[in-house]
Amino acid sequence: MAMSELWIHPSVILLAGAALVPFVRGKARSALLLLIPLLAFARIASLDHGTFGTLQFLDWKLTFGRVDRLSQVFGYIMGLMCVLGSLYGMHVKRTADHSAAWCYVAGSLGVIYAGDYLVLFLFWELMAFSSVFLIWLRGSKASLGIGYRYLLVHVLGGLSLLGGIILRYQATGGDYSFGLVDVANPDLSTWLILIGFILNAAVPPFHGWLPDAYSGATVTGSVFLCAFTTKTAIYALCRGFAGMDILVPLGVIMAIYGVVYAVLENDSRKLLAYHIISQVGYMVAGVGIGTQLAINGACAHAFAHILYKGLLFMGTGSVLMMTGKSKFTELGGLYKKMPWAFAFTLIGGLSISAFPLFSGFVSKSMIVSAGFEEHKNTWAFLLMLASAGTFLHTGLKVPYFIWFGKNNCSKETWDLAKDPPWNMIAAMAIMSFFCIFIGCYTPYLYQMLPNQPVAYHPYTAYHVSETLQILLFTAVGFFLFLKKLVPTPTISMDVDWLYRMTGRGVRWIATRPLQAADEWVCEVYRFCGMAWLTVSAKTSAAFDWNVIDGVVDGLARTVRSTGDRLRHLQSAQLQVNIFSAVAVLVVLLLGVVYSLR
Amino acid sequence: MIIVALIEFLQKHLKAVVWICGVLLALLVVGDFLLVDKEHAHTKAEHWIGFWSAFGFIACLLIIFVSKWYGHLGIMKREDYYGDE
Repeated sequence: MAMSELWIHPSVILLAGAALVPFVRGKARSALLLLIPLLAFARIASLDHGTFGTLQFLDWKLTFGRVDRLSQVFGYIMGLMCVLGSLYGMHVKRTADHSAAWCYVAGSLGVIYAGDYLVLFLFWELMAFSSVFLIWLRGSKASLGIGYRYLLVHVLGGLSLLGGIILRYQATGGDYSFGLVDVANPDLSTWLILIGFILNAAVPPFHGWLPDAYSGATVTGSVFLCAFTTKTAIYALCRGFAGMDILVPLGVIMAIYGVVYAVLENDSRKLLAYHIISQVGYMVAGVGIGTQLAINGACAHAFAHILYKGLLFMGTGSVLMMTGKSKFTELGGLYKKMPWAFAFTLIGGLSISAFPLFSGFVSKSMIVSAGFEEHKNTWAFLLMLASAGTFLHTGLKVPYFIWFGKNNCSKETWDLAKDPPWNMIAAMAIMSFFCIFIGCYTPYLYQMLPNQPVAYHPYTAYHVSETLQILLFTAVGFFLFLKKLVPTPTISMDVDWLYRMTGRGVRWIATRPLQAADEWVCEVYRFCGMAWLTVSAKTSAAFDWNVIDGVVDGLARTVRSTGDRLRHLQSAQLQVNIFSAVAVLVVLLLGVVYSLR
Repeated sequence: MIIVALIEFLQKHLKAVVWICGVLLALLVVGDFLLVDKEHAHTKAEHWIGFWSAFGFIACLLIIFVSKWYGHLGIMKREDYYGDE
């Protein structure tokens, strides 16, 4: 293995932190929970542009550190989100939560700085296999199933990605570098890689995992989940698929799809999850438009989105943590009990709705403007329509039906409700600050965007007036038809129905026909085997009795004890095995990076 | 608590709040027509008075009613539909 100069990958800091955190207790742990993400963030902010961390591994030259404007804007926001997410989760005593979250962020940063598909794939899988713990750690029976479904879907996406990488390697005669593909002439490898990417971006029909998982994860887990997977995929799309036409209609479908399901949704966190699909749709459409303005818009919107969506999940998460409830039909009227959580959630809601002076206003409009500039008027108008839906749900429905509206709280819920601990309030306050700061002081975000100089000005009289009219008249519609929007205790079928129900079919086949066949085979075996055994036993009895007895006894004991051990290994929870596998992967990664020195 | 006090003040004067909001909305539509430069408009329709107001309102209704219609096609199920949560 050859090595380059010492270059500390920000992921290494987080992976080391993840390994360290179980061994530190008390105040030192609280300090560590802030220190590690801050160190990683500082490392990201201090990175120079260029190619670093290259490693010769067998025939391959792996690149761990490609630093340019595009990777930096994503790296920066991921680092910042990790700091704020860790602050929000600081009170969590169980260390597995922190370790899993940091491994997950490390995976995301690894993808962002990866210079080739092999490194990208390695970290891509690290993300999937560490983030699933953020779901399992919820500890409910439902979360177990959700985690398995999540993993199943992501493993499939990963396989598609890997297949695409291998085909591409073969077709190009050994090119595995990660850059812009020939989007005008896609071949099978392009499509497979694209499917791998858009599955993580939750593009229909590959989106079913997202609402399922993000509503079922732990309170802090969802705050992390909502930021990293989809936006890392947006980074990968910006890098590899800018200007791929099919992404425009797909993105617009996403934007509207999420809005439609949000109307029907009763679980506040699932509603927010559907709005991730909707918002990521804008970014996907931006990548599809592919002009400088559109790519800037996709990056800016990803940046703003991570902050306001994190804030929204923090707000509803604090309601869930304090009351144990996240469904609108079990909440309501809580403004007196949780005023701070309300205020911060409202700021998140105004930001996602793109109100002037809030972050969404300066980012979302870049994509829509790019659409109009490219004369994709129909798509752009549909994106405007979806933005009315965003305000309708996240800006109005979520705050109204949790903090106002009919009080559906049980006495227990009502008594439990109060504002969350200081660290959660602090994290939400800082998030809120950023949401407003980005909206008011545009150079902060615009200077980070990949295509410079940014000649876009969001605060024109026309744009402000247009936005205010759309949003405020949406509010009129909301209050006029409030009765129509009262949530009902239902769930909505989505594409996850397909694999949940086919899974059930497989289980039925396994338990009924297959088991019957298995029993039949057992019967046959027992009958024939036993008959044969009786005969052979009689003939060999004497020999056996006298000579082999001692040997066989010894052997049998060995076999039995080995079998016993195997059986125990098998009955241990699969999660433990996966955890061991991930741990080994982390150690390997650390080893690889150490050898870089 | 200042947030709670503010909310309760607004709730107490709900009628006035609704009136003020109505007046502000009307001012927005009129102001947009009279004062705002439409040079940035992408289509002719955007020059009509209150175009974006109507757009927002109709978008809101479309989203509510189309989604509800879709949900009642059989998409919305009882919470124990999958039987595992």
